[in-house]
Amino acid sequence: MKLAAADLRHMLRLRRGTEFVFKFVAVAALLIALGSLATLLIDAFLDGAGRLSWQFLTSFPSRRPEEAGILSSLVGTVYLILLTALVAFPVGVGAAIYLEEYAASRWYSRLIEVNIANLAGVPSIIYGLLGLELFVRALGLERSLLAGALTMALLVLPIIIISSREAMRTVPPSIREASCALGASRWQTIWHQVLPLALPGILTGSILAFSRAIGEAAPLITIGALTYIAFLPDGLLAPFTALPIQIFNWVSRPQKGFHANAAGAILVLLVVLLLMNALAVFLRHRHQQRLRL
Amino acid sequence: MRQQIKRGYVGERAIHLVLFVCGTLSIVTTLGIVAVLLFETVEFFREVSIVEFLTDPQWTPLFADKHFGVLSLVSGTVLTAGIAISVAMPIGLLSATYLSEYASEGVRRTLKPLLEILAGIPTVVYGYFALLFVTPLLQAVIPSLSGFNALGPGIVMGVMIIPMISSLSEDAMYAVPQSLREAAYALGSSKLQVALKVVVPAAFSGIAASLLLAVSRAIGETMILAIAAGQQPRLTLNPLVPIETMTAYIVQVSLGDTPTGTIEYRTIFAVGMMLFVSTLGLNLISQWFRERFREQYE
Repeated sequence: MKLAAADLRHMLRLRRGTEFVFKFVAVAALLIALGSLATLLIDAFLDGAGRLSWQFLTSFPSRRPEEAGILSSLVGTVYLILLTALVAFPVGVGAAIYLEEYAASRWYSRLIEVNIANLAGVPSIIYGLLGLELFVRALGLERSLLAGALTMALLVLPIIIISSREAMRTVPPSIREASCALGASRWQTIWHQVLPLALPGILTGSILAFSRAIGEAAPLITIGALTYIAFLPDGLLAPFTALPIQIFNWVSRPQKGFHANAAGAILVLLVVLLLMNALAVFLRHRHQQRLRL
Repeated sequence: MRQQIKRGYVGERAIHLVLFVCGTLSIVTTLGIVAVLLFETVEFFREVSIVEFLTDPQWTPLFADKHFGVLSLVSGTVLTAGIAISVAMPIGLLSATYLSEYASEGVRRTLKPLLEILAGIPTVVYGYFALLFVTPLLQAVIPSLSGFNALGPGIVMGVMIIPMISSLSEDAMYAVPQSLREAAYALGSSKLQVALKVVVPAAFSGIAASLLLAVSRAIGETMILAIAAGQQPRLTLNPLVPIETMTAYIVQVSLGDTPTGTIEYRTIFAVGMMLFVSTLGLNLISQWFRERFREQYE
């Protein structure tokens, strides 16, 4: 035997040492990632908490940072997302139903599937270019709320379709078969059995998609949404601004006062996102409990 | 009775048609993107030669002395995406290995969603962070760093794409069957050997796919770079000076009032076309990787 006990012990110690070093480095990497998240949130809070007040929420933007507020951009964001949801939700769920329950031709549904997966990876600014040519120029909607919402709807559509399909796939086939056996038509089965069971899952995915849209600035800037608006939109064709655009505008200015405003608006945006995500988590939880029955 | 059935049948057909249209809309969107980019790009190349576009070292379409060398924008994009991926790759892969192979189920279930929060934060927020926190911090170490630069936003963009790498790689590693690990342990392997020599190779297709997706995301990222990297197209790989990426250029033109049909207006579509083709290419290779090299287990 060439391998003496002492050698073996040495090798084992070496092995345990490498093991320890690797574990240490991996934990450090995780901590760097989570630490960055914490630093980002704390930094925004320290910079912006002082600006949060009723006056900040209810004032229009202004040349003087201490008088400026986010009223027009907050209202713009709310209108924009509601309108986006109104367009994208029915179309997205409809497309998901088609792909899950109808699509007869294999190659066509495969084509749509590959296409949706690729659309989900297209940079958001490219959707802005599409919206600019299609909605702003060709349809003559100008830089309106409607043009913004339609652009955003195209952006979130792939996400809604993908998550709605996943939700509908969790409905057991036995429920569809039972419904058909009782003489229900295809659509009756979908409307009365599949959709009610899949709805919480569909809503969860859709809310997450809309919370992505809330944070998007690039496509809106590309279609020409204005950065300075001191009035509220009064219709579908009114010009508008949104929270991320307002933040971008304030960050881009040299004065410190506007940077504090940007941080304040970031806090408002993060709170809105937090509320939407909490709602999504709540719905998912309820969904899981119902399917267990 | 017969009429009722007939009416029901017509209704079913109508619903089928409406749903078919919804499904087809995604194809129309893709065709729309390609058509819009192609049309304006073709118009653009009627006025600017492809040779100039691909070889001129300067990009100055908004100045009186116009140059259309897209390389200056491409170098900005490659530089920032390169910085981002060299931050995100080690952190993302180490996190994924730890979560999949070392962490307890409870830790894994808590930390994975926490990491994913990073992907849900709006990019303007990262832009703010890059410009007003990270860059000043880096300036304390590197005094020659400009206020606008590639390094700060590149690092921050790296943090943003960590969860794409960590979550997708972790999914792939977690899916490797337990029996493979047990076989390796039975042969006397240590935990690290199992992780690096059994699990990582077995999950290679998923890991490679996640890295490609992350690069594609970094190339298409806009707001961080529009806020913190500057607006000076420059053919350089120096991370300390202001640069401009393809995406930031589109934002810069959109903020100004550029009339439709002018050459300045068309540049953003030509640049958009390059952006679309490169991200689409990466996404397709990523999908191909996942399908072609997937290890099959029973």
